[in-house]
Amino acid sequence: MAPQIEIQIIAVIVAVACALPGTFLVLRKMSMMSDSITHTILLGIVLAFFGTHDLSSPLLIVGAALMGVVTVWLTELLSRTRLLAEDAAIGVVFPLLFSIAIILITRYAGSVHLDTDSVLLGELAFAPFDRMIIGGVDMGAKAIYTTGILLLINLAVIIIFFKELKIATFDPMLAAVLGFSPALVHYGLMTLVSLTTVGAFQAVGSVLVVAFMIGPPVTAYLLTDDLKRMLILSGIIGVVNGILGYQAAAMLDVSIAGSMAVVTGLVFFLVFVFAPHRGLIRSLLRRRNQKLEFAKATLLFHLSNHENSAEENAEAGIDTIKTHLHWTGEFTSKIIKSLVREDCVQLSGCLVKLTPEGRYAIMRNYITLFSR
Amino acid sequence: MERQQDYAVEVEDLTVAYDAKPVLWDIDLKIPKGKLMAVVGPNGAGKTTLIKAMLGLLKPVTGAVRFLDGNDDIRTLKNRIGYVPQSGSVDWDFPATVQDVVLMGCYGKLGWIRRPGKPDVELAIQMLAKVGMQEYASRQISQLSGGQQQRVFLARALAQEAEVYFMDEPFKGVDAQTERAIVALLKELKEQNKTVVVVHHDLQTVPDYFDWVTLINLRVVACGPVEEVFHENNLKKTYQSSGTFLRGVM
Repeated sequence: MAPQIEIQIIAVIVAVACALPGTFLVLRKMSMMSDSITHTILLGIVLAFFGTHDLSSPLLIVGAALMGVVTVWLTELLSRTRLLAEDAAIGVVFPLLFSIAIILITRYAGSVHLDTDSVLLGELAFAPFDRMIIGGVDMGAKAIYTTGILLLINLAVIIIFFKELKIATFDPMLAAVLGFSPALVHYGLMTLVSLTTVGAFQAVGSVLVVAFMIGPPVTAYLLTDDLKRMLILSGIIGVVNGILGYQAAAMLDVSIAGSMAVVTGLVFFLVFVFAPHRGLIRSLLRRRNQKLEFAKATLLFHLSNHENSAEENAEAGIDTIKTHLHWTGEFTSKIIKSLVREDCVQLSGCLVKLTPEGRYAIMRNYITLFSR
Repeated sequence: MERQQDYAVEVEDLTVAYDAKPVLWDIDLKIPKGKLMAVVGPNGAGKTTLIKAMLGLLKPVTGAVRFLDGNDDIRTLKNRIGYVPQSGSVDWDFPATVQDVVLMGCYGKLGWIRRPGKPDVELAIQMLAKVGMQEYASRQISQLSGGQQQRVFLARALAQEAEVYFMDEPFKGVDAQTERAIVALLKELKEQNKTVVVVHHDLQTVPDYFDWVTLINLRVVACGPVEEVFHENNLKKTYQSSGTFLRGVM
């Protein structure tokens, strides 16, 4: 298989494997924890390496996964004292554990191939060099198999424990009452995140792992209101980001991981601006509309309050309304014009008068505003 | 000795503290089966804490809670205890429909791994109908008003098909229609001989809605039938500040 294809296959597998647990991190408002874990697991790898002196030992993965859970536990221990906030706790734990790992590597393992640069940025381009050879037959890049197993594990866990993850994320109290220990689900998920990170960062680096874990789920969150669809959509968006990112990198001859992370950010930004219901443009339009609708309702209420009263001339004149409602002249005439167009008011002399249609609109507004 | 079966919940010498500050102090309560009980007291009196401690969500410093037939382990009773948390305690932007949330009430019966099936969905729809929300089944929960959120939580608790219900301020911030729906539901639960414990704020409606009441302010001031214990003297004791506590001791 061509290395270009293999690189894209690895990227696609990693993207989906990261998006699955990432969706729950986003919903639990723990996005930054993934940044922390992707770095601190290095300490787990280093410590396990000192025990085994073998870079290919599976114990390295165990050490990394444990360190991920320790990171979460330490962070929560600190923030539970209420002496510092959770984000501050992350800011303390993550640099501390990560730096210890860096110091240990530079001091004791300089000769070993534990390169800090490739840990952070990964080197997807080199992944095809590490082959899976069984009985002398080349079965393809090794990373396809390691990340493939990871993807299968994540898929299996999320499918099997979908119900538990859902309830423990939405309502941990009820989960506890119903016998689904939220702590167990929480640390289970964190173990999965750590495992994913270990499996993925060797291939793509920790920055891209964070981008793949958080970017696609927050993008999908803007597009759907359904948890299952959000999971599937996150996976699809991750795949698209990976392939587009690779193509861009090949075209511009730049870092593959960097390019994929940039595409992830760009795709998010595009969806953020243009999403049909929750996008920026849509919500600005909606807010503008709401403001106009509310202004119209306000004016109608105002007219009805002063209708046929002694001060009607002062309160409901075409030129006096703006001073009473503290609106600009331009805004006032815009609202009046739009109400005239809707037959809710008519102009009689210099007064703005309610029409029957206007009175009906007041009733409708009242009902929608005050009885839910 | 009294027969324990007569009580839905018994609380004995329950003390709960955050750090060194007690929030509930030496609570003794006996809630008979089939009663609608209001838990009333000023802000910070420990009402929500009492419910959470009874449900085993908080670890008490001392004391014990016993359910139904003297069993004090809530985990073995999980299908018999229903819980309606305050609606503000969850994130309503969570990607789920009304039906999804009501279905969660069935999770306890299903246990780990097993998924809700057709009968569960039918039960969820039926419970939604009871709170007048069946046409909202496929609606996003983020689009609900406060009263509708509360009714969805009630439907979810009904889907638990429990024997004892705990509700934390179900009437808080709801419209008149929802309030009527909740009251009708409480009456129906009582007819089925279920026990309901409700944290309640509106003193005016206590005699109309409930037949049993617990007045608390750190300690239990009174607990009993509404017509016997819900009078001005006890209310004064409950709503007076720290004086209550000392007077009780000296």
